[in-house]
Amino acid sequence: MEHFMAYVNLGAALFLLLSMAMMLGRLLIGPTLYDRLLAVNSFGTKTVLFLCVFCFVIGRPDGVDIALLYALMNFIATIAVLKFFRYRALDISLENAHSTQNDRAAE
Amino acid sequence: MIVSLILTTAADAAHGQALSSMDIGALIRNGLSIICLASGLFFVLAGTLGVLRLPDFYTRLHAAGMTDTLGAEMILLGLIIQSGFTLLSLKILLVAFFLLMTSPTATHAVANAAYQAGLKPLLGKYKAPSAEDIGQNNSGKG
Repeated sequence: MEHFMAYVNLGAALFLLLSMAMMLGRLLIGPTLYDRLLAVNSFGTKTVLFLCVFCFVIGRPDGVDIALLYALMNFIATIAVLKFFRYRALDISLENAHSTQNDRAAE
Repeated sequence: MIVSLILTTAADAAHGQALSSMDIGALIRNGLSIICLASGLFFVLAGTLGVLRLPDFYTRLHAAGMTDTLGAEMILLGLIIQSGFTLLSLKILLVAFFLLMTSPTATHAVANAAYQAGLKPLLGKYKAPSAEDIGQNNSGKG
């Protein structure tokens, strides 16, 4: 039964890899920036899942820590990319960001 | 996988360990784990196909955001059932918790940014793109 569960985990890992490869298609052809960003975010979620499953495949539980780190980093990267493409800078505080937005609306 | 189950069972029987001598708890645990993994993989595949095939950004967001959350939770639940009460299980529970917190937030942030930037949703009845539309899309936006 242990062998069988190893096969199941290996199949799940390969399935997740296939799904990630399909998500790369939307990343390449996505017409707008937000499509690509959505694909990157979904790709990151699938990467976390793949790391967790792959730890079970190779029998070493260390990779779950990396998956935990990657789950947090993926979220922060998505928010940072969104903020950068909206304000064209990353060091704007929120109050300045609102005023910049109002200035743009006034323009 | 079914073939490998049969092969593994045959190998166990050949080594003198019949299926009846197997721990029934492990059997139930592995069965639940397989069910959770399979449903999670189904939702992940559905989300990926939706992101690839749906016509509009907001519909793609719907497919990715909803099914990725549920699929991820189901896969991690399957792994938790598989590992039992261990530290590894606690770590996977933490991963599941953070995914449950961050994934809808990121989806909302992407949707809000697209809406604020003026990306219009595709309204009306869906028509399959004709050859000219596909040519325009390829040449126009790239």
